[in-house]
Order: sequence, then C-alpha cells, then structure tokens
Amino acid sequence: MSEAAVHDDHHDHKPTGIGRWLFSTNHKDIGTMYLLFSLLMFFVGGAMAIVIRAELFQPGLQFVNPQFFNSMTTMHALVMIFGAVMPAGVGLANWMIPVMIGAPDMALPRMNNMSFWILPFGFTLLLSTFFMDGGAPAGGWTMYPPLVLQTGNAFPFLIFTVHILGISSIMGAINIIATVFNMRAPGMTFMRLPLFVWTWIITAFLLIAALPVFAGAVTMLLTDQYFGTSFFDAAGGGDPVMFQHLFWFFGHPEVYILILPAFGIVSQIIPTFSRKRLFGYTSMVYATVAIAFLSFFVWAHHMFTVGMPLAGELFFMYATMTIAIPTGVKIFNWVATMWRGSMTFETPMLFSIAFIVLFSVGGFSGVMMSITPVDFQYHDTYFIVAHFHYVLVTGAVFALFAAAYYWLPKWTGHMYDEGLGKLHFWTSAVFVNILFFPQHFLGLAGMPRRIPDYAVQFADWNMVSSLGGFAFGLSQLIFVVVVFKCIRGGDKVTDQVWEGARGLEWTLSSPPPFHSFTVPPKVTEESAHG
Amino acid sequence: MSKPRTSMLRTLFLIVVSFTSMLVVTPAWADWALNLTKGVTPISHQVYDLHMRILWIMVVVAIVVFATMLWSIIHHRKDKGAVAAKFHHSTALELLWTAIPIAILVVIAIPATKTLIAMEKTADADITIKITGYQWKWEYNYMGEDLTFFSVLAADSRAVVDKTSDAKPEDIDNYLLDVDNPVVLPINTKIRILTTAADVIHAWWVPALGWKRDAIPGFINDNWTYIEEPGIYRGQCAELCGKDHGYMPIVVKAVSKAEYQTWLVETKQKIAEASSGADREWTLDELMARGEGVYKTNCAACHQANGEGIPGVFPALVASPIATGAVEDHINIVMNGKAGTAMAAYGAQLNDIDIAAIITYERNAWGNKVGDLVQPMTIQATR
Ligand SMILES: [Cu+2]
Repeated sequence: MSEAAVHDDHHDHKPTGIGRWLFSTNHKDIGTMYLLFSLLMFFVGGAMAIVIRAELFQPGLQFVNPQFFNSMTTMHALVMIFGAVMPAGVGLANWMIPVMIGAPDMALPRMNNMSFWILPFGFTLLLSTFFMDGGAPAGGWTMYPPLVLQTGNAFPFLIFTVHILGISSIMGAINIIATVFNMRAPGMTFMRLPLFVWTWIITAFLLIAALPVFAGAVTMLLTDQYFGTSFFDAAGGGDPVMFQHLFWFFGHPEVYILILPAFGIVSQIIPTFSRKRLFGYTSMVYATVAIAFLSFFVWAHHMFTVGMPLAGELFFMYATMTIAIPTGVKIFNWVATMWRGSMTFETPMLFSIAFIVLFSVGGFSGVMMSITPVDFQYHDTYFIVAHFHYVLVTGAVFALFAAAYYWLPKWTGHMYDEGLGKLHFWTSAVFVNILFFPQHFLGLAGMPRRIPDYAVQFADWNMVSSLGGFAFGLSQLIFVVVVFKCIRGGDKVTDQVWEGARGLEWTLSSPPPFHSFTVPPKVTEESAHG
Repeated sequence: MSKPRTSMLRTLFLIVVSFTSMLVVTPAWADWALNLTKGVTPISHQVYDLHMRILWIMVVVAIVVFATMLWSIIHHRKDKGAVAAKFHHSTALELLWTAIPIAILVVIAIPATKTLIAMEKTADADITIKITGYQWKWEYNYMGEDLTFFSVLAADSRAVVDKTSDAKPEDIDNYLLDVDNPVVLPINTKIRILTTAADVIHAWWVPALGWKRDAIPGFINDNWTYIEEPGIYRGQCAELCGKDHGYMPIVVKAVSKAEYQTWLVETKQKIAEASSGADREWTLDELMARGEGVYKTNCAACHQANGEGIPGVFPALVASPIATGAVEDHINIVMNGKAGTAMAAYGAQLNDIDIAAIITYERNAWGNKVGDLVQPMTIQATR
C-alpha cells in the first residue's frame, strides 16, 4: 500500500486488507491489535503456568526436569508482565485516551504503529530461545547475576528482547504524554480528565523514568558476559547486589506501571454502575501521584535479605509502609462511591468489585511484608507468590477483564453475552482464590518459591492450588468465546451503552467512527468524568 | 480399576476438605499447615508475635472495609429502588481515612523497629560459623576450630530425584529436607552466622531460627542466633540458584553444649581418617568404589548418575573429549572448574583421594574404559 493511501483515509473510509493492520496509523486499529496480542500472550503465559502447576500437583518430578521448570517460571513472568498485562494496558490507552479527551487520534500515529509492531518481533525472539542450546532463560525474570550469566545461547537474546520491548514501551509512553498534553478538547482541563487518563499519564512518566535504568542494567550484564567488564562480579571489584538495586529501581515502579491503569479502569466503572459520581476525584489524582512518587523510594524492600545496613533497612521499611496510605485512600474512595449509590451488577461491575476486595487482600499481605524483620521469614516463599498474584491477577488482570466487558459494546456496537460474562466472572473469582489463597499457607509453612519439587508436608495445599489453577485456566476460554461472539454480532447497543456512564466516549456512536472528534467537542464540568 | 477411582475420590475429598479447613482450623492435621512457625529462638518468637499482631490488625481492617462494602451492595442497589445520592467528596472523611492508617502504621512500626535492631546485634557471639553456598550444597566452617565440611541432599532423596530408585517421595523420611552432614550447633549459646557464596547467590533459611539471609559471592553477611531448645530444624536454600535450587536443604541439629564438644572431637577425627592414605598407591577397584560415591554426591546433579548430562545444558561425560582425552586436561577442569559455567573448582572442595577417585571413576565408568587410574599423589602434586 502506498503512503498516500494510508494518509487518504479520512472520514469512515477504512483501508482494507492486511495493509489496514500492517501500516495502520489509526489509534483504534492499533489499540485492537495491542489487545488481541495481549490476549494471545495471556494464553501463552497461562500455558506455562499450567505446566508449573501440573509439575507441582504432587511431590516428585512428574513432567519436566528442574532446568525446564526454571525456564517455565522465568518465561511465565516475562510473557505475562511484558506480553500480556503491559500491552493490554497500552491497548486500552490507545483505544480510549483519544476518545476520552476528545481528540481525533494519538499525537504520533506512525510511532504508534512502530511501538506495536516491535512487540511480535520481541516475543518471537524471546520464545525462540526455547529451541536454543542451553534452553530458554532459567535464572528468574529478575535476571540476577551471577546466575543469569550461566544462561546458554539464549542470553544475548534475552537482553536484546528487553531492549526492544523497552523501546516499544517508551515510544508508547511518549505518545500518550504528547496526546494528553496537546490534544485535549476545549474545556478538558487536567482536573476534568477521566481517572483512566490520569492514571495513564502517570504510568507513562513512570515508564520513561524507570525503563532506561533497566536497559542500562541489562547492558551491563551483556558487557560483563562478553566484553570483560566486572560491574557485577565481585572477583573483578564489582558488586552483584548492585544489579539488584538497579533492577528494583526499575522493578518497583514497574509494579505500578502494571497496576495504575487498573486503578484508572476501576475508577471509571464503579461510578457508572453506582450511578453516582466518583467520590474524592481530587484525592484520587493526588493519591495516584503520591503512589508513583513513592515508588522510586521503596525499591530495596524487594531485597531486604541481601544484608543492608540497619539504617537502610529502616528507611525502606518506613517508606514502604507509607505507600499503604494513598493506596488506602483509593480503596476507601471506591467504597464511598458505591455507598448510597443505585447499583447494578453487570459483568464489568462484578470484576471491579472483585478487584477492590482481592486487590486489598494483596495489599494486606503487602503491608505485612513491608515489615523488614518479618519479611526475613516471608521473603522468597510462596507467601510472596500469593501476594503478587493477588495484586497482579485479581488486581491488574481482573481490572483488564472489567475494562474489556465495559468497553466491548462501545468498540463493537454489540452487547456481549451477559450470561457468559457472568459465568466467566464467577468461575474466575472462585477458582482464582482456590489457586492463590492456599499459597499463603504454603509460604508461611516454609515452602520456598521457584522450586520444582517439595517436601511431602506441602503436598496437600499444592494439590488444592493446582486444581484451582487448572479450573481458572479453563475458565478463561469463556472470555475468548465472549469476545469473538461479541465481535461477530449481538444486540445493537446505544451510544450511551450503560445507563450511568459519563464521559466523552459515550457521546460517540457505537462503534465509534474510524476518526472520532474531527470537530472538537465542548467539555463542561458536568459532562467531564464519571 | 480401583486405583484411578481412589485417586479421584482423594482429589474430591481434598477439595471438600480444603474448603472446610479454611473455616475450621484443626491442629491435628499437621500437613495442612497454615501459619508461620514460632521457632526456637528469642528472635523467632518476636518475629512470630509481630507477624500475628500485623495479621490481626489487617483482619480487622479487612472486616471493616469489606463489611461496609457488603452493606452497600445489599442495600444500595437499583433493584431495591435505591436512588443515588449526590455527594462526591467530603474533606473531613478523606482526612479521617488518611489519619487512621497513619496511626495504625505507627503502632506497627514501633515494635518492628525494636525487633530489627535486635536482629542486627551480632556482636559478642560465643562461636562463629561461616556458611558458604555452592551450586548445590552448603559448606560449614567452624571458625577457630579447624573444622570444615559440606552438607548435601541425603542420598535417599537424591535417588528419588534422579529416578535411580523406585521409592516415592512419601516413602522417605523428610524427603528433600534431609542432608548427609547436618550442621551441629550448641543450645543456649550466642552463635554468629556468616553467610557467603562461591558461585551464585543463595539464601540460608531455617524457619525455626526466625530469618533468612542471602549468601552472596564476594560478600559476607553477618547474622546471629541463640537456640533455646535442642532438636532438629530443617530449612532450604531460598534464593534461586540454578537447576538444583530445590535440592539444597539445610539441617540444623541443636544439642547441649557438652554433646557439641564431643561432636566436634569426633567429627574432626572422622574427617582426618577420610583423607588419610593419600600418600599410598590405590588400586583401580578401590578408586572406582570410592569414586562412585563421591561422584553421586558432587557431580551427578548436573552430569547425571549415568554420565549422560542434560543435552544443551550440562555436557555428557560418556565418551566426552575431556573424560576420555588427556588426563591432564581432565584433572585441570575438575580442580579449577570452568569459568562462566556451573562447573565449580573442586580442588578447593574435596581432598586428594576424592578428586583422584572421581577422575578415575569418570574415565572408567559407563563404558568409558580409558583404563588409566589417577593416584591421590598425582593430585597432591598439582596443588
Ligand atoms: Cu542455593
């Protein structure tokens, strides 16, 4: 397709064929590709999780060898974090930010195309390591040296994957910032922005601040391995713990990169189905900023056991505890939004309520782990595995499901199958707890994480957890059915879709025109956010 | 026919039990362990108390927040005719629910700080043990006692892992939590524990002592313990350290001070006996017999009991250029290891007889049949 043709697609004249997708500069098409890609990666990462839970179903080695098991845990994390949750968030941002702020498209549409199309290449590179000499990376997604330097031929591919995925994310972040700062409709002041847009701007700044540090750290690994440097090699005067500091300086903000968009999603959905405005909009914005700011001062709580000086341990303990305060404000505000509302419980609302409850459970174990002396017991056990799966699965992933159900009718013009949606919700909500709650017990009872086999005293809860895992995995197939049914057809929906919905996206037709808001809408305080 | 049926029934039973047990906690089901151990040191008791205190605070907060939500979900629904209120902020409320968490956090922070300070007081210890993590075993060095030994996964567990025995994990006492040489410590003694590593990062963790600490190559971490009850306390490596991370357990045997002194003397004697005879000629049969045992504890984790390695990850020794080539190269790699791989320098870990035995074994087992035997004296000469 010629360049002119791409440009010539004004109004609802869509380019056709494969070119529409390959050369797309349209935020909706790129958003759709991001979302479908992340769904695919969710199942790839999920398949790895099934292998892990199958191996842990009973003590003894049944299916895989320990080396491959380590590859599974490593790759599961990399695929889920960088392939499923992050691209899903970017996909939603692409689709929704322009229509939420009244812009015709993203500010930098060609960069948008590139930042998406890097992803399939990045993951082809990463997944191809399974077929290399030495197997896929098995040193943990945290890539701690010296262990990661024992990776076989996959090593440079791992580093290169991190580099190009980082470039993709940074381009995405720049695009979001440029769009929000320059393309808001008249009257759309910053304090009228929907919370989803707010959380994404902050996420974008986190990406730009954190990812280069990660890229730098893995580059130092590369030079340690091939160019004779000793950044992380004590024998050459380096320090292996330095890598951990650099990694978690990225890694902790990364946690918020995954969860802040989820906060935004829930802040859109709870008011809609409570038919009541979001409680404490201003404090929500400030709380988000506070969480993002604090996220740069708490990194070492991921590594309390490395042996820091007492002053360091105390500082990072106190700093970590303070994160509970703005996070608490958010939870309380959501509950206050529901309070004395007029609630209905469609699938997006169900997932959002489950998010609040189960994310809080993850928050409670988070506060427990912030306490350094007790973390010396919890650290690197199944207790932390339970914790971060509560915040990332029942947190981030549940919010992404909520978003998908909430906006699917807007995207496709069809109502999804509510019965199947509810079935998906209830099966997911029940089985995810059977999967992850017993892992708290395993961790407290003394089971370390990242082990392929375990002492028989851990057998019972592991079997329960695995059964929950298999059922949770199967339940996700329902989601695929719902999505494809909804794309293919269904009851036509109105522009408004949901009775209580507010904001610019609901003023557009369902589905919205290929180019929305060619004439900027006027935004008032009343019509602004939910 | 009856076997799959019973296992299905067992599975069903487990599901039912898991649900009921979340409600009814019966201490009689030892295997359905739910909580942290209280441990056997003053520090582990403090840690346990802190854990319980925070846990209960979190439970109370959870009940308040979730009960409010539940009330709202039950009463403020559209199908019950609820009409949405108009309020959307309240400065007083928002200040209140910022202030209450701050107060709760301060209440937690005070005892936490005290415990942490106590944990870092490593001075005035009576004895010092240096623990070094290796892929995949622990080395214990009783400082000032001239006593150093390795501790690896017990042979019965190893046989199950390597599938060289038909035993099931449940047939073995303390599957994956038992070692050949436990670390013996005296009770009622302040023991300073230094952790470090030789290759990659490990973490030494015995839950009953109340903490874990990373063992980092090139750095030495400082910890202490004071065990009050004699007994056997088990733990595991807690930092991912490669393939056999799950197979490097820790066993602490806490005994009275008198027993500890006897043990010191006996163990030193045993080690001296094991390395005696390095200056005599050994026969092929002697070296092969000893070599098989030493190979199993030190080499089989990677190169496998059958010498075939793991393709692409750990090289095979069967018909390999090293094991069937020049004997000098073979000695060199076993003594000095191979940089950038998991192959460690065994010269620093094993005595001359054991190294000679391993090399002889590798050159003559599994059909390698090179026929040459390496004498302990040859190894001694290379040092
Ligand atoms: Cu280890």
